[in-house]
Amino acid sequence: MSSVCRSIGAIAVAAAAVVWTGLEAGITVAGASGQPSSVAQPTSAAPPSSGADAGVLRVCSDPNNMPFSNDRQQGFENRIADLVARELGRHVEYFWAPQRRGFVRNTLRARQCDVMMGVPARYELARPTRPYYRSSYVFVSRRDRHLDIRSLDDPRLRRVQIGIQIVGSDYANPPAAQALAARKIVGNVHGYTVFGDYSQPDPQRAVVDAVATGEVDVAVVWGPLGGYYAARAAVPMAIAPVTPQQDGPALPFAFDISMAVRKDDAALHDALDAAIARRAADIRRILRAFDVPLLQRSDT
Amino acid sequence: MNVRGVERGVRGARLAAGAAPALGAAAWILAVLAAGCTGNAREHNDRGGAGPAPVGSGTAPGAPADLHLVSDVSRGEWRMAAGDYGNLRYSTLDTINTSNAKDLHVVTTFSTGIPHGHEGQPLVLDNTMYVVTPYPNNLIAVDLTKPGGAIKFVYEPHPDPRSVGIACCDVVNRGATFADGKIIFSLLDATVVAVDAERGTEVWRSKVGDINIGETFTAAPLVVKDKVIVGNSGGELGVRGYVAALDVKTGKILWKAYNTGPDADVKIGATFKPFYAKDQGKDLGVSTWQGEQWKLGGSTVWGWISYDPETNLFFYGTGNPGVWNPDLRPGDNKWSCAIMARDADTGELRWAYQATAHDMWDYDEIMENLLVDMQYGGRARKLLIHPGRTGFVYVFDRASGELLSAETFEPTNWASKYDLKTGRPQEDPTKHTQYGKVTQGICPSSTGAKDVIPSAFSPRTGLLYIPAHNTCMDYEGIDANYIAGTPYLGADVKMYPGPGGYQGELVGWDVAHNKKAWGVQDPKFPVYSGVLATGGDVVFYGTMDGWFKAIDARTGTELWKFHCASGIVGNPITYLGPDGKQYVAIYSGIGGWMGAVAFPDISADDPYAALGVVGAMKEIKKYSAAGSTVYVFGL
Repeated sequence: MSSVCRSIGAIAVAAAAVVWTGLEAGITVAGASGQPSSVAQPTSAAPPSSGADAGVLRVCSDPNNMPFSNDRQQGFENRIADLVARELGRHVEYFWAPQRRGFVRNTLRARQCDVMMGVPARYELARPTRPYYRSSYVFVSRRDRHLDIRSLDDPRLRRVQIGIQIVGSDYANPPAAQALAARKIVGNVHGYTVFGDYSQPDPQRAVVDAVATGEVDVAVVWGPLGGYYAARAAVPMAIAPVTPQQDGPALPFAFDISMAVRKDDAALHDALDAAIARRAADIRRILRAFDVPLLQRSDT
Repeated sequence: MNVRGVERGVRGARLAAGAAPALGAAAWILAVLAAGCTGNAREHNDRGGAGPAPVGSGTAPGAPADLHLVSDVSRGEWRMAAGDYGNLRYSTLDTINTSNAKDLHVVTTFSTGIPHGHEGQPLVLDNTMYVVTPYPNNLIAVDLTKPGGAIKFVYEPHPDPRSVGIACCDVVNRGATFADGKIIFSLLDATVVAVDAERGTEVWRSKVGDINIGETFTAAPLVVKDKVIVGNSGGELGVRGYVAALDVKTGKILWKAYNTGPDADVKIGATFKPFYAKDQGKDLGVSTWQGEQWKLGGSTVWGWISYDPETNLFFYGTGNPGVWNPDLRPGDNKWSCAIMARDADTGELRWAYQATAHDMWDYDEIMENLLVDMQYGGRARKLLIHPGRTGFVYVFDRASGELLSAETFEPTNWASKYDLKTGRPQEDPTKHTQYGKVTQGICPSSTGAKDVIPSAFSPRTGLLYIPAHNTCMDYEGIDANYIAGTPYLGADVKMYPGPGGYQGELVGWDVAHNKKAWGVQDPKFPVYSGVLATGGDVVFYGTMDGWFKAIDARTGTELWKFHCASGIVGNPITYLGPDGKQYVAIYSGIGGWMGAVAFPDISADDPYAALGVVGAMKEIKKYSAAGSTVYVFGL
């Protein structure tokens, strides 16, 4: 069996500049709260060195997920990670993995890295810090169309072509998918997978490009994506936050976003909390530079 | 008739004739029925074993009248995933029988080195066992002539590691097939490889799908004549399902037949003759969706493929409709959750039957389709038997696609029955799911009354052996989650044991009479292991807590069991060793969708974790940890 064992090592070593994640042990772990894994996992064979050395902030990040992050460190999460690390007297090292099912399990919980830069503030898979921004799903349209749609109840949504991002089956989807379906707005809704074509840069851009080209009239997109790509589109675009911000009891369209650490990592959690508070103005400046639509945070 | 003689005859003939069946149908039947005549099939009554008594008083009907097998079954080797084109998972070998099964013991074991879900099964031919591991999908060849089995070669394909982050439900592989001197199997990264069976060298490597758009491959290919037929996985990621045919010599893609979209893409032409009006019409793969939703319509092919040489049709089932919430995709969403019959040369669709239109429960119908000709309903018929995720055993006329029967094999309430005239289920609207609405007590749960794990059929007993689950579920509430930087909301799906005080059952199903003969119940876990039926009237299967069992094929009475190192989600096979003796092999390595709960990093405290299966599976951690062992048993 030695040759089999060699191959396991080879997979780990094969990961060079971009360290792809190891195992998808199956499955979304919605709300799981287990202990960090210590089992030998074939494709994450690098020895987990929890905490690393004190001078390093180990960040779990997606190598191809603009405007949040990429392996050229061009995303706002990359910039904010640098900012926070400096505040803590550290420098950033990345563990790269596509942010999909199993991300937390294979990165943070596998102790390949110690902080995720963006999660919903009430995320249950890890220990979120205080929120450092709040954004909302937005309507994105071409400025020259003068649509100015601001509400899910706008009757024109029954006529225009709508682009949304979609995630999966079993009802797992961004809130726009659910809200439009609840209003029986279905036939004029076009889907773009949130994963996009991962072989291309900017895999999530397609839904905004579809607005620019006229493929759809309006897109309902998570704010940071909509704001960033709208500002960089070929034609002038208009964005407006989705209202109602809370559509019935079940469908929020605005989310506080936090960083997150392992549940037992109180020290890093507290240090990040303090750094976020001290550098709030700088964080805001970075987010504005990326045209992230910002709402007043619910904690302030 | 001497079984081993038949085996040699078949092998010799096959080498000359390639993959084409070498014996006439009549000879196969003789061999099937003759094999096992020396077994003491009826001497089981004086030995009960300590295991659970089967529930139900039904008896095995015995060999069906007018029996005809569509192709040669396994007689000593195991050359394709199911052992035979008809997907019977039946071997004529009968040295191990109901009298001596109690004397089974471990002959050898070896580790694959990959502690993940070991679905699938080894191949055995020319005194060599071939094992495909879970990702990274190494092919291990074991020389069975050496003491304990010695490694002949390990072929390491090094699939793209990114595929690991894309696979939905553990990084499983469902096995290889042998043809044209090559071991042919899929890699997780949507590639198919062919490896020289003797030397272990790669003969070709064909990139069929694209992981960048969410495709992975987990299913076992099937070779029909000069074509490798293989399907894609990834329905949860917006993948559009298809089967592809590759040239067995080169791996070149000859055609792809999609399961959604316009008729040209689905390969629907003048020869398409679905039996029911509900499945007839032009471009249904488009018109039964809203707009262009079919482009992300799922309906992938991650289960089993069977083949009927006489009609030259191959059969498979399709997965759930993709990506769109049911509320957002009004319409039947064809051809999701359907059974498809295609011409094996051209890929043209001949008939299709959608088992559930507009799926709202995740009832993929990718399960095996067993092909057998037998007397049914008073006359000889060409049957296709499909034990469904929906809880129904569907029996079709496989030439026409007519549904002859659909009866439940486990507690089922989403529909009360099927109307055989229209082919439609009679659904209970209170069990329909809707986002934001709580729907409780849906049976079966999303994992189905059975999953991809395959059944077996014995031509000697007339029974279909179904590895079954008894779980129900609640759909409720919402759950904020986060992927690719984007917050999204999902339904909480909570699964739990169904009524009756058991969670799993090995069902002995009387095909001719459309009813359960008996069931061996497992109080703790679903039966998530494949089944093997043999000419010795011994049926083998495993449990998620690691017991590998031999039961009497006629009565379900336990004959023997052995506790393996890890839970069993693989499929048993049997073969003749170099010494001429019968052996049985099984993987022991828990994992897969339900079994992944055994992994330490999935919390058993959260009933909604692991796509909801934790609620049904939380006990598993107490009974089984991950494993990677191949066990071989003999007398």
